[in-house]
Amino acid sequence: MNAVTKDTKATLQPFQPRLDAVKGLERTAALGALHRVGLPDRRVEEWKYTGLRFLAETPFAGPVRAYDATWAQAELQRLGVTAGVGAALARLVFVNGYYAPDLSVLPEGVSVAFFSKTGSFGPLACPDREALTALNTALAEDGAQISVPAGVDGGHVLLVSLGQAQAGAPISFHPRHSVHVAEGGKLRLTCIQGGQGRYLHNPVLEVSVAARAELNHLTIQSESDEAASLATLYAQIDERGAYNSFVLGVGAALARHEVHARLSAAHAQVHVNGAQRLRAKQHGDISSVITHAAPDCISRQTVRNVLDGQSRGVFQGKVLVERIAQKTDGYQMNQALLLSEHAEIDAKPELEIYADDVKCSHGATVGALDDDQMFYLRSRGVPEAEARQILIHAFLEEALDLIADETAHALSAHIMATRYPLSGEEA
Amino acid sequence: MTQFLDISGLCARIDADGQEKEILRGVDLSIPPGEVHAIMGPNGCGKSTLSYVLAGREDYEVTAGSVTFHGKDLLEMEPEERAAAGLFLAFQAPIELPGVNNANFLRTAVNAVRRARGQEELDAVAFLKTAREAAKALSMAPDMLKRNVNVGFSGGEKKRNEVLQMTLLQPSFAILDETDSGLDVDALRIVAEGVNRMRSPQFSALVITHHKRLLDYLKPDRIHVMAKGRIIHSGGPELAEQIDTEGYTRFLAEAA
Ligand SMILES: Nc1ncnc2c1ncn2[C@@H]1O[C@H](COP(=O)(O)OP(=O)(O)OP(=O)(O)O)[C@@H](O)[C@H]1O
Ligand SMILES: [Mg+2]
Repeated sequence: MNAVTKDTKATLQPFQPRLDAVKGLERTAALGALHRVGLPDRRVEEWKYTGLRFLAETPFAGPVRAYDATWAQAELQRLGVTAGVGAALARLVFVNGYYAPDLSVLPEGVSVAFFSKTGSFGPLACPDREALTALNTALAEDGAQISVPAGVDGGHVLLVSLGQAQAGAPISFHPRHSVHVAEGGKLRLTCIQGGQGRYLHNPVLEVSVAARAELNHLTIQSESDEAASLATLYAQIDERGAYNSFVLGVGAALARHEVHARLSAAHAQVHVNGAQRLRAKQHGDISSVITHAAPDCISRQTVRNVLDGQSRGVFQGKVLVERIAQKTDGYQMNQALLLSEHAEIDAKPELEIYADDVKCSHGATVGALDDDQMFYLRSRGVPEAEARQILIHAFLEEALDLIADETAHALSAHIMATRYPLSGEEA
Repeated sequence: MTQFLDISGLCARIDADGQEKEILRGVDLSIPPGEVHAIMGPNGCGKSTLSYVLAGREDYEVTAGSVTFHGKDLLEMEPEERAAAGLFLAFQAPIELPGVNNANFLRTAVNAVRRARGQEELDAVAFLKTAREAAKALSMAPDMLKRNVNVGFSGGEKKRNEVLQMTLLQPSFAILDETDSGLDVDALRIVAEGVNRMRSPQFSALVITHHKRLLDYLKPDRIHVMAKGRIIHSGGPELAEQIDTEGYTRFLAEAA
């Protein structure tokens, strides 16, 4: 016990000045939980493959509201937010965790509030269970609270996060977002994350999809190569509601995208799809717990990983089918393409089924580029480097094709093309 | 020596589960410019291996012999350099490329080869026009260009797609490895016409086949019989008829 207490203190040390100033019921409770368990180490089952030791070793300071507008505008262009298909869309832009009205265009027909004003935490997040959610709860500065009225199609909204840390002065920010789509409503939401320098982005997003409502949600994680991006997402889907999510991870030194999705009433549907492409020493973790808590629900999960250099991909996917959830239809598949012998994938698919009449399947594959396919392309005159890019692109595209919305697909394609130009050597 | 394609004493082997397996055991073959030659021979004698070695597949280790193409050492070149130099292989079993659009694939290949040959690249519109015309000439359904490369194509459709690639890449030397097998009678004629359209003093082909029918259409200048990794007999187009009625027994006995 003693050892744990020591660890707890050690890992939270960089945040201590801010944690010492915490006030308010929810925040204090979260802080209590955080102090009880500390940030998880690898002995915690859910964190077996992703270590957080660097958090204790980095002197993260709190964010400031002021930002460099010229840089922010250039960054928005680069990310495809204000250029190409993104330019026509409403956008809520946060810089270092704070809402930046000058960079934003408010959506119509959708109500938007800000956490910094309302101070209200949602009902779905579990700070007593997830330490990173507790950290977020204790330190949350701001966030968007998006809500689509019943029967309204809220169109396509971008929720953008930019992080900017000066050299040698790492910061951390902990946005608290929520999205609610009321009965029969619809929304397309694309979260785009980018930045520069060394920072920790630790957002919590609560998603609630009411009966017969539909939310199509794409997350494009293209953070700074030095950043840590530790996101936790809680989703609840009501009767005949549909939450179709996709995460594309290409940025950050260390990233974890953790989804807790709960199908809470009959005939609800959830997609927790994703793709990541990593290189050098990048570490990308896509973890999820999908809970079937009602009968006749559908869950789909397809995740593809392309790993180069010494990068490491992690996939943990748990599908929990409660006793009541008869006629559950679940599918889960994780596939990895390893481009280097030093790259690594850790995959832990898990089915936990308490109902007896269900249809659930899962699988995982790991492989290298196919020699026959490489030779076929090269025999047609395509140079080796380009042939590799074509096959990698094709492998990822089979997952990215699951992003049904054309605009969202184009936004993800833009980021991929920026990070990995198709022709020639990898940038 | 023809100064076009000259294969001399070519030996190649493969590492099959740790065992060295000799497949080509001294192939000698010269093909002059403007000629169509055929290779016939029993299953497993090394015909496809020869075609792979010529196209540059790395699984095979060349242990002896030489190949010159347009006066250059072919065996020194990467597969893509061979394609740029004018060599084309129509695969006996074309490879599927899931997630790769056929039209994009064809354009990438054509432009890669054009770039390497110092020609201007084709833009999307110009390319698509050329590709559609070429596909039509081979009686291919227009949607074949929109689908993923060879994925879900029937056997015959895959073979036509190979011939389409040949037409677009404009090689000076094409190897057709059993492009006729799996084709219905009409398709066979269409494919043969596709090859015949390419015939010119600057174009040669090596046609690997088990059937006389294709050769009736192509009228090859020479026919070579391959067995156990060597060319054991060469002759004129009349050989096809002889093999069709008698089989390989006599050639094998003579060579032994
Ligand atoms: N990768 C490999 N591993 C093991 N053996 C191989 C490999 N590739 C070819 N071989 C063997 O080499 C021999 C020649 O094969 P090849 O495909 O060249 O024959 P082929 O003349 O084209 O036959 P077919 O008429 O049936 O197409 C065969 O015995 C085959 O099994
Ligand atoms: Mg063969």
